[in-house]
Amino acid sequence: MKKIKKVLSAVLAATMVMSLVACSNETGTEKEAETASEATETEGAEQTAASDVKVGFIFLHDENSTYDLNFINGATEACKAAGVEYMFKTNIPEGQECYEAACELADAGCDIVFADSFGHEDYMIEAAKEYPEVQFCHATGTKAHTENLSNYHNAFATIYEGRYLAGIAAGMKLNEMIANGEITEDQTKIGYVGAYTYAEVISGYTSFFLGARSVCPSATMEVTFTGSWYDETAEKEGANKLIEDGCVLLSQHADSMGAPTACEKAGVPDVSYNGSTASACPNTFIVSSRIDWAPYFAYIIDSVANGKAIDTDWVGTLETGSVVLTDLGDAAAEGTADAIAEAEKAMNAGTLHVFDTTTFTVNGETLTSYMADVDTDADYTADTEVITDGYFAESGSEFRSAPYFDLQIDGISLLDTAY
Amino acid sequence: MEQKVKEPRYHIVKRADINGKEAWIIRVVAILSALLLCAIITMVCTGDNPISIFATIFKGAFGTQRKTWITLQYVAVLLIISLALTPAFKMQFWNVGGEGQVLMGGLAAATCMITLADKLPNAVVILLMVVTSILAGAIWGVIPALFKAMWNTNETLSTLMMNYIATQLVAYFTIVWEVPKGSGKIGIINQNSNVGWLPNVGNKYLLSIIVATVVTIGMMIYLKYTKHGYEIEVVGESQNTARYVGISVEKVIIRTMLLSGAICGLAGLLLVGGINHTITTTISDGQGFTGVMVSWLAKFNPIAMIFTSLLIIFMGRGASEISTAFELNQSFADILTGIILFFIIGCEFFIRYKIVARKDLGKENA
Repeated sequence: MKKIKKVLSAVLAATMVMSLVACSNETGTEKEAETASEATETEGAEQTAASDVKVGFIFLHDENSTYDLNFINGATEACKAAGVEYMFKTNIPEGQECYEAACELADAGCDIVFADSFGHEDYMIEAAKEYPEVQFCHATGTKAHTENLSNYHNAFATIYEGRYLAGIAAGMKLNEMIANGEITEDQTKIGYVGAYTYAEVISGYTSFFLGARSVCPSATMEVTFTGSWYDETAEKEGANKLIEDGCVLLSQHADSMGAPTACEKAGVPDVSYNGSTASACPNTFIVSSRIDWAPYFAYIIDSVANGKAIDTDWVGTLETGSVVLTDLGDAAAEGTADAIAEAEKAMNAGTLHVFDTTTFTVNGETLTSYMADVDTDADYTADTEVITDGYFAESGSEFRSAPYFDLQIDGISLLDTAY
Repeated sequence: MEQKVKEPRYHIVKRADINGKEAWIIRVVAILSALLLCAIITMVCTGDNPISIFATIFKGAFGTQRKTWITLQYVAVLLIISLALTPAFKMQFWNVGGEGQVLMGGLAAATCMITLADKLPNAVVILLMVVTSILAGAIWGVIPALFKAMWNTNETLSTLMMNYIATQLVAYFTIVWEVPKGSGKIGIINQNSNVGWLPNVGNKYLLSIIVATVVTIGMMIYLKYTKHGYEIEVVGESQNTARYVGISVEKVIIRTMLLSGAICGLAGLLLVGGINHTITTTISDGQGFTGVMVSWLAKFNPIAMIFTSLLIIFMGRGASEISTAFELNQSFADILTGIILFFIIGCEFFIRYKIVARKDLGKENA
């Protein structure tokens, strides 16, 4: 009998605690809801139309991935600013799950469905065909301009401009190291950890390299590929391999902290991507470039709220605030901020082009014409002339928003191209 | 003084026999305590109301018509894979290679879709997909079986390692067929022509469900009412007995793994040709392993497997709904699923054994 009483009292206590917390929690959510609606009202004064728009977001991973965190932050910021309702679906793989998630969001009343990963594209297109009244927006995709769907859109940003600016910071660092006698001019080798031999990555490391070489003419670069967008171990190993190979400065295009932490451990300066790594790597962090997606989200919300069409291919730039650099780290060389500001001004004025054909050669020759694979097809058909006015026109909104620069320029050697 | 008996305060005794009713009481208690623990952890960690979390889990699986269909489709695929593993497990052949067998089936289907799309009519492509994917799964299953039959190799290791070979093969062909170049993704195959897409029966979810139903009934009959099924059971109970009564153990192993692999290949066909229309290394999503759990939990009973696979899918779908609705990390949902599975699996221990408290010998020991 005693035992039963004991058990009973324990269960009773547990139930009471449960109901207590449940009650207090309910009031908590109510409060939150109230403040939320207040916020909507105040926002609503300026943007009445936007408030009844609902946006659904599909993310490949969750906030533990720097790539997705960057999107999540942008989405939260833009939706709060516009005072619109939003739904997040995280950890959606690049398969039929993405289609199901997009349909579920459309079923739940979303006017816009956005997906953040390249592999989501085909499944977003399938969903877009099924819900013609819902706008489907996809970052990094390549097919919007050839699919002829009025409710399917691609978006990207001229991140190669950000990479170029980050490259200038890297070049300045190399110059400082030469001046300090740490390395000689012929040791100015940069290492780069890439994910795949995909145009977006090639465009990224080439622009970074050109930026570095614009201030440090002797710079060369070695690139290794991991075969994954997120593989902490492989990225760390790749970084270590490059450091052993004699690279004196590293950068990366993959989403984990693998490369930055390897650099911090080895004391090699690092230019990271998708956000500052200053807190984890205080001694080696120089700068990081990233795409700020908030301007794009604000744009699509505004377009839907006001019944305007969304661009098939939207390209964010330095001027739209889509391409941003983080604050400089302690490892950055003196005068870096000025050099970056100057180059940025020239870019905005249209006098500086990242892929200026006079600044690089391919197999020893200057490019005068190049057909790029802009329209996606299984045979990789080169279909569009992209050299105009003496530069390679990357991410033009007239072509497509996602990068298509896939040339192997002189000065960069690829260690492995299996991926 | 008589000698002091050092008997532990509690000890574990194997239950001689347990009736169905008692076993179910233990299971219900386990699920209830799992839910209670989940509720407590939810409150402590997040401050959210556990009742609404449980309601959200349910909504995530059955909240809308579409959600219900998706849930049923997922159940169907997991069920097929679990059924595929069952005959092997029943004869004590530890086939943990479901993952690889599914992948090979899927790869065969994808190969047909990609390479034959503009060469053969759609119906022929689909027919070839069905044949090759079932065959590919069967071959992948029978290789470890042959080794086991001929040289008595450890099948747990060999089936497991065959998974990695299959994964790498798929990874290799992903790079060969990637679109666009360098992206490491094949994307939807024949998105506009739909060549090699398995036909929609009613709606796009129903086909897998029908196939699963057929396989379930077929497997039940096969295991319960056929000579093969009986042989599997005898081999599972004791290989020596099987030999004694004149059953060729080697033959049964090879035959059963052909079947096991073939059904896994069928699941791969559905995943590639009917559902995803692409192939990736993660397309089977660990279900080759989850299927082991589904099969064991159901004690190899095909009908019970419907419920165990439903439970696992239900929890998984509910879990991702939690992360959407409460803006919690997916990991939290995984914690809840883990707790519930732990209790469900753990309660099997209490069904087989009971804990007996020591009967006090005297006051001094109290």
